[in-house]
Amino acid sequence: MMYPDKTTADGLVGAAHLAEVQGRSLWKDARQRFARNKAAVAGLIALILITLFAFFGGVLTQWSTQEIDWPMMGRVAQDGGPSFANGHYFGVDELGRDLYARTVQGTRISLLVGFVGAGIAVIVGTLYGAIAGYFGGRIDGIMMRSVDILMAIPFMFVLILMLVIFGRSILMLFIGIGLISWLDMSRIARGQTLTLKNKEFVEAAVATGVRPLTIILRHIVPNLLGLVIVYATLLVPSMIITESFISFLGLGVQEPATSLGALISAGAGQMQYGVIWQLAFPLFFFIVTLFAFFFVGDGLRDALDPKDR
Amino acid sequence: MTLLQTKDLTVTFQTADGPVNAVNGVNFNIDTGETLAIVGESGSGKSQTAFAIMGLLARNGKASGQALFDGQDLLSMSTKALNKIRANEIAMIFQDPMTSLNPYIRISDQMAEVLTLHKGLSKREAIAQSVRMLDAVRIPDAKARISSYPHEFSGGMRQRIMIAMALLCEPRLLIADEPTTALDVTVQAQIMQVLADIRRDFGTAIILITHDLGIVADACDRTLVLYGGQIMEEGATDDVFARPAHPYTSGLLRAVPRLDRDDDELLTIAGEPPDMSRLPAGCPFSPRCAVVMPHCPTVKPALERFDGTRRRACHLPVQEVA
Amino acid sequence: MMDPILSVQDLKVTFDVIPQGAWPWTKAQKLHAVNGISFDLAPGECLGVVGESGSGKSTLARAIVGTVPSSHGRIMFEGNDLAAMTPNTRRVHRKDVQMIFQDPLAALNPRMTVGDIIAEPLITHEPKTPRKEVRQRVQALMERVGLLPNLVNRYPHEFSGGQCQRIGIARALILKPKLLICDEPVSALDVSVQAQVVNLLRELQRDMGLSMIFIAHDLSVVRHVSDRVMVMYLGRTMELADSKLLTRAPRHPYSQALIASVPIPDPVRERARRRPVLEGELPSPLRPPSGCVFRTRCPKAQQVCAQECPPMIDAGGGHLVACPFQEVEQVLQPAD
Repeated sequence: MMYPDKTTADGLVGAAHLAEVQGRSLWKDARQRFARNKAAVAGLIALILITLFAFFGGVLTQWSTQEIDWPMMGRVAQDGGPSFANGHYFGVDELGRDLYARTVQGTRISLLVGFVGAGIAVIVGTLYGAIAGYFGGRIDGIMMRSVDILMAIPFMFVLILMLVIFGRSILMLFIGIGLISWLDMSRIARGQTLTLKNKEFVEAAVATGVRPLTIILRHIVPNLLGLVIVYATLLVPSMIITESFISFLGLGVQEPATSLGALISAGAGQMQYGVIWQLAFPLFFFIVTLFAFFFVGDGLRDALDPKDR
Repeated sequence: MTLLQTKDLTVTFQTADGPVNAVNGVNFNIDTGETLAIVGESGSGKSQTAFAIMGLLARNGKASGQALFDGQDLLSMSTKALNKIRANEIAMIFQDPMTSLNPYIRISDQMAEVLTLHKGLSKREAIAQSVRMLDAVRIPDAKARISSYPHEFSGGMRQRIMIAMALLCEPRLLIADEPTTALDVTVQAQIMQVLADIRRDFGTAIILITHDLGIVADACDRTLVLYGGQIMEEGATDDVFARPAHPYTSGLLRAVPRLDRDDDELLTIAGEPPDMSRLPAGCPFSPRCAVVMPHCPTVKPALERFDGTRRRACHLPVQEVA
Repeated sequence: MMDPILSVQDLKVTFDVIPQGAWPWTKAQKLHAVNGISFDLAPGECLGVVGESGSGKSTLARAIVGTVPSSHGRIMFEGNDLAAMTPNTRRVHRKDVQMIFQDPLAALNPRMTVGDIIAEPLITHEPKTPRKEVRQRVQALMERVGLLPNLVNRYPHEFSGGQCQRIGIARALILKPKLLICDEPVSALDVSVQAQVVNLLRELQRDMGLSMIFIAHDLSVVRHVSDRVMVMYLGRTMELADSKLLTRAPRHPYSQALIASVPIPDPVRERARRRPVLEGELPSPLRPPSGCVFRTRCPKAQQVCAQECPPMIDAGGGHLVACPFQEVEQVLQPAD
């Protein structure tokens, strides 16, 4: 004979006093999957090292970013190469300034541009897209059509105009990049919200009487995050590239400050004088940063993709 | 005459947590023209058994043992030889017909392709034959509708198209994996009628994989009950339903509410379906069994023959299974 | 009869369907998912709603819960018309009407712990409850529905389907609602687990004095759980009767076809049954047949059926049938 089920089916008896068990959240699962992806882990380590280099690399040299090593003037091609003896680890630039110190500063500014751009995209874009997608109807129409209109504006042109009119400054660059970076993100977030809002757990929250804004913050946004993080890691390098392009054109960061793009531009200009290190070092950091971000993004996508489960 | 015979069929999946056996040494056979039901819940291995026979296991899965079709082992066969058998001798239909219909190609082209490829028919003959097949599964106005796309049909109609397509090469064995689970009861009744007709008209042997005891009672000669990748009991459908010889079967039969009976409380099987990566060494059903004995979780009961034609795997004497 | 706790009167739910590739100014087609449903639900009663896909049974549930707006008719809950309320006034009444969903895993937010999921309605409606009390009530309820209370910090994907449905039930019950709406609560579960959940629901209903609407496509389960059963087809009621009477003496041709289609897990009885198979397909809900919606597949259909929508006939004792040619036809012999 079978037991009639008395709701004690799960072996409740005698087990109720057990200590509370900590659950394995989806984030923890994702972390484990990420840790198994060697390329992604290598990318993450590279990123950490580069970040440390960008923020603390200056400690290792006695040269500052602006100090000109006068004896080097005019002899850059002969004596300005990388050398541990005179403390110019990466050599000097065409004015005799220490390239190591300038690469540290350039990497820092490029990373900042990337993170700020991606940060604005994540915060503004996710909320904007989630709100548009969740409320739908006319609100969605108005919000998303405005995004379409903003996207239709040739952004590079506007950015260059802004930099010319308001003067070239880091702040202007941040504002310019921040203004456009969230557009794609809002579309992605909206698309995902449209599928999420038809899920039964959102319906359950509506049926219980949870307020719309709480639903967005508690039920929609946490489930968007996986996708958003992946996209953000891919957005950082694209922001860095944008900034480099602007700086390469000479419109970006103002001297004496510099960025990887500006350094690459300067190095490329000096290439024919046999000072290849002026291009090589900034370019190396630029490429390693981009690759590291791409690998990490790839690893995150595999780790967070729910289809894998 | 035995059409298909499996010997010690085992399916192992390589997962992140190590190898997991989804099917664990399953032996059964099916005769020409017979209808065999494989009954089980999620995790019973019923679908994986079929996938292994068809060579359709997921990439991390591996089948061992033997599946003899006409004496040839399907599992050790080359892909080329297997493709030939899959095209002409064994066909399979699935729960969701859309998984095997290409949404962008007309039904006529999808069906005709099978015949031009495998039977070398001309396109015109192939389409004529396809229309005849659609008529056989009672698709109204088949001639006119054959040039439609899959999404223009309802779920029940798509399942009929799938059956028609599976029958194009007149296979001797049809494996139906939960063919009516996604359908409404009235449509289910129609599809079961179609399957019965096919069996009568073409003499096709059918393996019906399902969790629904009702359609088993309706359509199958013999029933095989799987749990945790192992056979619990097997026998003629009438015998299994009238005198279940395994506590799992008897529990299952009592847990289903019946339309023709006013029972006040359903008797249930305690616990949850098995976790295949943590099966006990003995009987897989022992953690949920109401009449479990001390040695059940450690000693695996052998699949023994009794009453002449029936088999069961349980330590409890047959007379004591209520 | 006591005053009904819920009285649905001529409820209609209409969706706008914009044809694909249409111009922005093209007028939307009207899809009447629920088309004039009326019924009363007594306190403590369980009403079963059965129908095939496209019958509008899930939409009916959502209209009563209020996640889908109704376009016509009244939903009187304890004397208040829920359909006429604004979203803000309605929010207060939501605590009395809770719902259980079909897909147990999809109904739980994968990023929240089980404890937070069950507590959500409580935190929403009684935000001042101290955290310790919330915890206690969650754990007590988990125990009540057959879950180990020490699993509060687990996440939904760590549970099986049956356990997820228990979590869903606990969430629905934490506010001690008066009306519980179950939308296909067991159809995604394994047979052996179905019975556990069905028994749990019946037990809770009895103990807590819940009124219940139990929606499913499986007539055997619905009949087992419910006091009365309503049969729906294309957004309309075909028949409404005592659950035992419905299977023993169905009067509407559609109910008879439905009962005849359900296979009985008994090979001997199954072979002995005469099983007329219902021919044809469900008509498109965008273009339902004129008059009686079932007439295109009905064996008894006549000229009149196309002309006007048949009124509900009381065949005695509250047995309502929407068919002028209704007569008892026993399609299934009781076993006992």
